[in-house]
Parts: sequence; C-alpha cells; structure tokens
Amino acid sequence: MKILVCITHVPDTTSKIQFTDNNTKFDKTGVQFIIGPYDDYALARAVELRDQTGGELTVLNVGEAETEPTLRKALAIGADKAIRVNAFPKDAYFVALQIAHYAKEGAYDLILMGRESIDFNGGMVHGMVGELLGMPSISPVMKLDIEGQSAKMAREIEGGKEYIEVDLPFIAGCQEPIAEWKIPNMRGIMSARTKPLDVVETISDETFSQVNAFQLPPAKGAVQLIDKDNVEELVRLLKNEAKIL
Amino acid sequence: MMSFELNENQEMIAQMIRDFGAKEITPYRNEWDEKQFFPLELFKKLGELGLMGVLVPTEYGGSGFGYLEYVTAIVELSKLDPGVGLSMAAHNSLCTGHIMMFGSEEQKQKYLPKLATCEMLGAWGLTEPNTGSDAGNMRTVAIKDGDHYVINGAKNFITHGVSGDVAVVIARTGEVGDSHGMTAFVIEKGTAGFRGGRKEDKLGMRCSETAEMIFEDCRVHESQVLGEVGEGFIQSMKILDGGRISIAALSLGIAEGALDASLAYSKERQQFNQPINRFQGIAFKLADMATETEAARLLTFKAADLKNRGVKVTLASAKAKYYASEVAVRNANEAVQIFGGYGFTKDYPVEKYYRDAKLCTIGEGTSEIQKLVISREVLK
Ligand SMILES: Cc1cc2nc3c(=O)[nH]c(=O)nc-3n(C[C@H](O)[C@H](O)[C@H](O)COP(=O)(O)OP(=O)(O)OC[C@H]3O[C@@H](n4cnc5c(N)ncnc54)[C@H](O)[C@@H]3O)c2cc1C
Repeated sequence: MKILVCITHVPDTTSKIQFTDNNTKFDKTGVQFIIGPYDDYALARAVELRDQTGGELTVLNVGEAETEPTLRKALAIGADKAIRVNAFPKDAYFVALQIAHYAKEGAYDLILMGRESIDFNGGMVHGMVGELLGMPSISPVMKLDIEGQSAKMAREIEGGKEYIEVDLPFIAGCQEPIAEWKIPNMRGIMSARTKPLDVVETISDETFSQVNAFQLPPAKGAVQLIDKDNVEELVRLLKNEAKIL
Repeated sequence: MMSFELNENQEMIAQMIRDFGAKEITPYRNEWDEKQFFPLELFKKLGELGLMGVLVPTEYGGSGFGYLEYVTAIVELSKLDPGVGLSMAAHNSLCTGHIMMFGSEEQKQKYLPKLATCEMLGAWGLTEPNTGSDAGNMRTVAIKDGDHYVINGAKNFITHGVSGDVAVVIARTGEVGDSHGMTAFVIEKGTAGFRGGRKEDKLGMRCSETAEMIFEDCRVHESQVLGEVGEGFIQSMKILDGGRISIAALSLGIAEGALDASLAYSKERQQFNQPINRFQGIAFKLADMATETEAARLLTFKAADLKNRGVKVTLASAKAKYYASEVAVRNANEAVQIFGGYGFTKDYPVEKYYRDAKLCTIGEGTSEIQKLVISREVLK
C-alpha cells in the first residue's frame, strides 16, 4: 500500500503569538515549530498501517526550507521518504492544489492528514484535495482500519460517532484517538538522515484568498480574588468596576 | 569548525527526551526520590529508545551517534531528573564504554547488543571503601588459578551494584603501587562468589542505585579479562577521560534546569508589587547563572567535539567536568535562594537539583582531583 501523509509545520502549542509588518506576518522569533498535532496522529496511524500491510509511507509538506527539520522528524518517526513542495503555504486552496498534483503523480492508496492545522485552523485542505482528485474525503476520522481494498472508519459527529466504509483510494482528516503519538527513537533519528527528502517546485501559484491583517484577542485583564464570604464586595466590584450589574 | 548551535539530530533527540520524559519521568520523579526507588523499567524503555547505547556502533545494535548527541541526551535527561541522567551516563560511558573500547571482538559481540538495548544493565567498579581518589591503591585482588582468576574484595559506591546484570570490575593482579598491576574483568550477575551488597542511603541522586559489590572467592574465566592483563587501571583512566564529559553533561543539565526554573519563577513571583527579577539582587544572580551556564556548555561541547575527533581529552574533559559541576552546585544553590521558602520545599524542582547537584563535584573524580589533572597537564 502507498500512503501519503501531509503534515503542517506549526508553532508549538505553548508559543507566544505575535505579528510583525503591520500585523500581516506571524512573528517567528523564538518560536519552536512542531508537526501539527492532528497531522502527528495521522502519521502515527500511517506508520502502523504501513507496518501491518507493508508498502511505502511518504510525508509531504508545502513549505519553505525551514520546514525540513519537521519533515526529518516525520522520517525519524517512521516515514520512508519526504517531499517538500518549495513554497510558502499561501492559503488552503494553494496547498490543496500542490498536494493534489503530487498525490496524483504518486498514485497513493491512502492520503491522510490532520483534521486541521493548528496555526490557522482552516480545516479545508482535505476536502479540497478530495474535490480536486475526485475522491471521497472524510473528516474528522478517529478510527481507521484497512481491509483489503476498503477502509472502515469512525467519524466524530455532534454528540456521537458515525461508522463509515469507503473504497480506496480516499482522503482522511484525522484526529485522536486514531493512534497514539509516536516518539522517534535514536535509530529512527539516525536513519532519517539517509532517507530521501525531495524538494519539488509548485505546480500552480493560484490562490483563493489573501490575508490582509491579523488581530490578537484583547489581553486578559488581571484576576482579582475575593474571599468567598465577602459577597458585598463582589457585588460592589461587579457594579462599579466591571460594570456588568 | 565546531558549530555553537545544536544540529538537527541534537534538536530531535532533545525533543524526543522532553516528550518521553513528560510522560515517563516527570510524573514519578518525586516518588522515586522519596522512596529511593531505582526505576529499572524506565531504563528498559530508554533502551528501546536507543538511549542506553548512544555511542555503540549500529553493527553492535547501538545508536551509532557521537559525543555531541550523547551530551545532548544526558543534558536533557538530567534536566528532568539528574538521577536518571547519572544512571544512563554510567551505563553508557563506564560499563558499555569500557567493553566497547577494550573488549575483544567476541566480548563486544556478546555484550554490546544487550547493553545497548538495556536487556543487560551495566555497572563499573573501580572505587573501594578505602580507595576513592586513590583508586590505584585498590585492595580487591584477582589471583590466577589455572585458566581462572579468583577474585576477593569489595567495591563501593557502584552505580547499579545490585541491579547490574554485568559489571566491569578492576582488580589487582600485580603489586600494590604498580599502575600496571591491575586488570579489568567482565563479570556477569549470577557468577558464584559475586553479589551486590548494601545500598547507600543518599543525599541526592536517590533514584540512581549506588551499592557495594562483594567478591568472595569469585572464579572468573580468563576469557573475561578486558584487554591486556595489568592494564586495567590505565584503561580506567582512559574511560574516565570520556566519562567525565558525561558528568559535565549531567552537571550542565542541572545548571540549565536550575536556571530555567529560576528565570520562570522570578517573572511570576511578586514582592513589593513587582516581579522579583526587577530587584537587582535577583537579576544579577540570574546574570551570573546564565553566563556560567553558557561557559559550562562551551567547555562541555568542546570536550565532546575533541573526543569525536579522536583527540586526547584528558585536559579538556577535566576542565569541563570541574567547571560544569561547580556551576551546577552554584546554580542549584542560587535557584533555591531565588525561590525563597518555596525553594526549600518539594513543590518545586530546585530543592531536588540542590541535593542532586552535589554528586557532580564528587563522582568520577572530585573537583580537587580534576584540579590535580588540570594542573599536571598545564604544567607539562
Ligand atoms: C552516587 C555515586 C555514584 C558513584 N558511582 C561509581 C561507580 O559507578 N563506579 C565507581 O567506581 N565509583 C563510583 N563512585 C565513587 C566515586 O567515584 C568516588 O566517591 C570519588 O572518586 C571520590 O572518592 P571517595 O569518595 O573515596 O573520596 P576520597 O578520595 O576519600 O576524598 C575525600 C576528600 O579528599 C579529597 N582528596 C583526595 N585526594 C586528594 C588529593 N590528592 N589532593 C587534594 N584533595 C584530595 C577529595 O577531593 C575529597 O574532597 C560513585 C560515587 C557516588 C557518590
């Protein structure tokens, strides 16, 4: 089986978010980048499936050279090869176009990615890739098993689960608990250096949208603790300071 | 030219240890410390990750990395729990290192794959109750009897003295006072006449097992001799040259851990209506800690880089071990001061760093012994 896992290169969840250039660019100074947590689940499940069924696992990222450590980490976790589409990921459509092109070229049986990235949380790429390739695209998938040429999965829906079966090939946006995150071992880290990481060019520059500016939520005010017996003071503060009574 | 940045491997190793440690070390470290529990299962898991044979070539089942990656691994483990760092370093550098450096091909084939995965835990016995700094005066004897040696005596303060599955032991085969009169043996647990003794009750590094090893008419076949007969002490000095880099790394982990904790706390803790790091008395402590930590880092990685290049590291590793261990003690001390009363409690990690750090100026050669080595080298 040929599996493609698309991964994002995103700020660590504890990063301090700031913007530069008149609030149009994310400020990367001092920020640690990681594999998108949902993509990491997809990757973990893909490694398990590859180990069960054999075949080849490729990871792909649309990003500039700085994302290579993230791809190497995916190789250390167990992917066999990596592809970096050399471009800044401008918007979801732009990314989906690149993925669809290289996915078609590689004729993968299974294309997995996170349900959404955790930087801009669009959650659109898997759907767009499905549309571009004319394949089913299912998300958020929390359980995935392959039986021959078809797949059984569980999808999270409001208040419960939906059980689905589809034929290969298809696309899935993944989330926990599809698999447990894998920590690379030293052997994996060593072998990641010699696994292929191909850099390829974009297929099209088309985008759907453009970002004009970002805005941070207003800073949280200071917290004031009031003794649990002091109801009068609480009421006074809610009236006079918070002005919500 | 050595780069001052972590390379991609080092970054990945550091991240791997942080991810692993958050699940497998941090939640349990206080309990291990309190109960003086040696978490053998943890070391088996570190073995699965490849951290128990970092320097062992891949053909012997190891990870095949160099000293830069090895130092990074010890630093990161030691930040989480210095006792874990100590045990990991002793297993890798001392026991495994000795077999790797001086073992025959057959001995390497037999032991390295099992040590690298921690199927076997390693111990290394040089120190005795009456000979520590002066290890060359050891009293444990190995007397030739046919194709066996009969070993009698005791080793003291041995990391994994009880739990170790295999031990490298240095014993006297010649005259007292002759540095070429000692020989190294590989001895497996279960060999008749060899047993672990009393476990020490320690100030710090409490999750790392430190115990006696006792030899009573222990018969060891001559095929278990490592390298040349009579060269055991000289071999040990070479092993310690490398081992000291690992204690420097352990010290650096503590120094960095104490600094990071202090920086974070000094921003949060308010007194007189301001964060305590606004007081110059605290800020200057942080400045000293940051500067000395950086210096310790540079000395440690310089020694690691030289070692990677096969250069003799006696001087560089003694300097790194001496300086980094003193910085670990100073940083841990200042960290407790910065935390005030909270630093004196077990609610924050600095109390443990404070206790653990002190081993660093003692183990694998005290600071005084490092100064002897350094002065001897620079006066040559
Ligand atoms: C937790 C722990 C783990 C250990 N693990 C191991 C292990 O795995 N294997 C092993 O073989 N050993 C191990 N050791 C032993 C360790 O290496 C020794 O404790 C160390 O070498 C010091 O020896 P000593 O304790 O006998 O002190 P001593 O040598 O008695 O020293 C006492 C004091 O005298 C000073 N001193 C001694 N000689 C001189 C001199 N010539 N000039 C100036 N000052 C001097 C010392 O610096 C020290 O301050 C371990 C020790 C500890 C505490």
